[in-house]
Amino acid sequence: MIFAEDLTKYFADFLAVNSVNLDVPSGQVLVLLGPNGAGKTTTVRMLTSILVPSRGRAQVAGFDVVHQADKVRSSVGVLTEHHGLYGRMNSVEYLEFFGKLYSLNSIALQKRIDDLLDQFGLADARKKRLGEYSKGMRQKLALVRAILHDPPVLLLDEPTSAMDPESARMVRDAIVALRSENRTIVLCTHNLLEAEELADQVAIIRRGRIIVNGSIESIKRELLGPSEYEMKLASEFDGLIPELPPGVELTLRQADTLHFCIDVPEISNPVLLRRLLDQKLEIVSFQEATRSLEQAYLEAVNRTAEEERLV
Amino acid sequence: MFSQLRPAFIITEREVRDQLRDWRIIFPVIGLTIFFPFLMNFTAQQMLGFVRQYGATIIGERMVPFLLMIVGFFPISVSLVIALETFVGEKERSSIEPLLNSPLKDWQLYLGKLLSAVVPPLFSSYLGMTVYIIGLAFSRIKLPSADLMVLIFLLTTVQAVMMVSGAVVVSCQATSVRAANLLASFIIIPVALLIQGESVVMFWGNYRTLWWAVIGLIVLAGLLMRVGLAHFRREELLGREIDVLNLHWGWGIFSKAFTGGAHTPKDWYLKTIPQTLRRIRYPILIMTILAAVGFVLGAAQVHNFDIPLKDTNVQNLNQSFQRVLNMWPLFSYQPVLAIWWQNMRVMLLAMLLGVFSMGILGVIPLMASMGVTGYLIGLLSLHGMSLNQSLGLILPHGFIEIPAVIIASAAVLQAGAILATPTPDKTVGEVWLAALADWVKLMVGLVIPLLLIAAGIEAWVTPRVAMLFFH
Repeated sequence: MIFAEDLTKYFADFLAVNSVNLDVPSGQVLVLLGPNGAGKTTTVRMLTSILVPSRGRAQVAGFDVVHQADKVRSSVGVLTEHHGLYGRMNSVEYLEFFGKLYSLNSIALQKRIDDLLDQFGLADARKKRLGEYSKGMRQKLALVRAILHDPPVLLLDEPTSAMDPESARMVRDAIVALRSENRTIVLCTHNLLEAEELADQVAIIRRGRIIVNGSIESIKRELLGPSEYEMKLASEFDGLIPELPPGVELTLRQADTLHFCIDVPEISNPVLLRRLLDQKLEIVSFQEATRSLEQAYLEAVNRTAEEERLV
Repeated sequence: MFSQLRPAFIITEREVRDQLRDWRIIFPVIGLTIFFPFLMNFTAQQMLGFVRQYGATIIGERMVPFLLMIVGFFPISVSLVIALETFVGEKERSSIEPLLNSPLKDWQLYLGKLLSAVVPPLFSSYLGMTVYIIGLAFSRIKLPSADLMVLIFLLTTVQAVMMVSGAVVVSCQATSVRAANLLASFIIIPVALLIQGESVVMFWGNYRTLWWAVIGLIVLAGLLMRVGLAHFRREELLGREIDVLNLHWGWGIFSKAFTGGAHTPKDWYLKTIPQTLRRIRYPILIMTILAAVGFVLGAAQVHNFDIPLKDTNVQNLNQSFQRVLNMWPLFSYQPVLAIWWQNMRVMLLAMLLGVFSMGILGVIPLMASMGVTGYLIGLLSLHGMSLNQSLGLILPHGFIEIPAVIIASAAVLQAGAILATPTPDKTVGEVWLAALADWVKLMVGLVIPLLLIAAGIEAWVTPRVAMLFFH
């Protein structure tokens, strides 16, 4: 649904995006992570045919971003970093205006507006001037605008920024629902918990270049090493640990706690557990140690910074 | 066709509705539409009564259409503010980005905003003028003729479109309303001068000249719209921070265009200058034709504006040349510098006029000079000067001077034409700097040295050659 190859953008001599490759199938959420100025917004703007790539090519919803720009723009819904609402309009007028620009049928448009305002908790404020909206309400309305024409591709820049926890939850649920309708979603965010919750694929951008790209699990494995499992025992154990299966390493041993680093948990875990139970160990719990996306992100950024420093 | 225009009208409808909710726009417009015409009616009555006392009724008669023009102009001056607000204001508030993400084409967005900036002020302008005319009728003041009123309505309309088109060009160069307001002086000052000129023509009573002004303004507005469209691109609206004065960047663009990749002066003369001349070959052809047209038109005016000369005076021109020779001895540099500086001033004037008119008015100095030359030659021929004598007066220095002036004027025309042509991946600033570099390149490399040589010939050789023909 979204495909980019060697996508590059220069502003005069400044290299804003450097040879980005993306492949996001339908029904998946790609989260773009990176510090401010990393090139996330420029990448999104190229994918929405606002900026013309200096090099490379990209297709969105099957349309070329350079040669079929109009079709690309009809097929994407974009939530921009600055929502840019018109303060003197109310929400219905605002959505009607964009609905007309997308050539939506007026009767269907009214129903769609009613449904979306209701879904996002804005129905009561439908006649209020947008200038009087709170930040969170504006953000929600901007999201409604982005999905108003029911696009197959959504590009969302910081969709939950400035929202209270309840509204943020509502928007995250909405994104999950939109994904389940087989939409492709690209999400730019600094919120790593949100990324971890929503992402099927994560791309970390630094200085215009994608430094890591893949599923959350594969990224964690790549950056933080094999999965680590923690075993809690009912009592202190100082006996002999049986021979461990291949690909399993004991990394920490405390009185009632054991830590294992396991290459292929699906294969090794049943064998390991069987052997430890055979040893009469009283196992209370055995679970994967929590490794956050934040750790992986910081590891990726630090590694790249170190590489750049050495170069 | 209508389906293509529909999105533009949707933009216009929203913008107009938004303007009608803004008291900062509504109050001045109401004031200028209703109260100001009444004030002008009162002024006209008082003025007519006053000048009648002294028998100067013609001043009063000319005042009535002049005030109609002023009543029409004041509301359209608001269009400039609206245009800057609607283009740059949206950019500043980031509300333009959702529009750029929509399936609107660039020209639809441009047209929609252009209409929204022109229509409301123009509507209030028409309304104001109508109120003024009705007021005149009620006051039993003689109305201007119907064709004059049509002319003033047209002039007002074209001026509004021209101002808004100019504002769009300015808006493309600014990322804040403040910066745009500063740049708007490039529109306000020429328009103020234009209004002054039109006022003079109004009191002069030569309304035919105003029709020419209408035609000229239509051409200019069309060109400005083309420039606006050529540079009204999504990339340009969002992708660059161009408010910041970046001298390094500007110098880079200018010097690259100026040198054209040449590393030595020889390379520059042998490659870059000929390349530039090839690039402006069509403007050179146009300017050559216009120079010839100017000469012929000038010569044709001899019958309209004949200055009585005695034929004997013409035959005794050698005495005048002798006086010139006495004043300008051979190899005296002052006359050379004086002639050269005079020609240079004309070239600079051409550039200045070209800047404000997309190159169009840049052709005037050459045409005017050729017109004056044609007129003088025609006048002298009418009084007995032969073809050989005429050529003797022009050719020695004209052989170099005229091509030099044609090249300089063609570079100005080219600069205007380039601005009005879409150039992918280049801003107006980049295009303008490159065009300026071309002009400077031709001036430094060709025109200035050629004009200096021509001035030398004109001061030292032409009078002597002329002496030979007039003995």
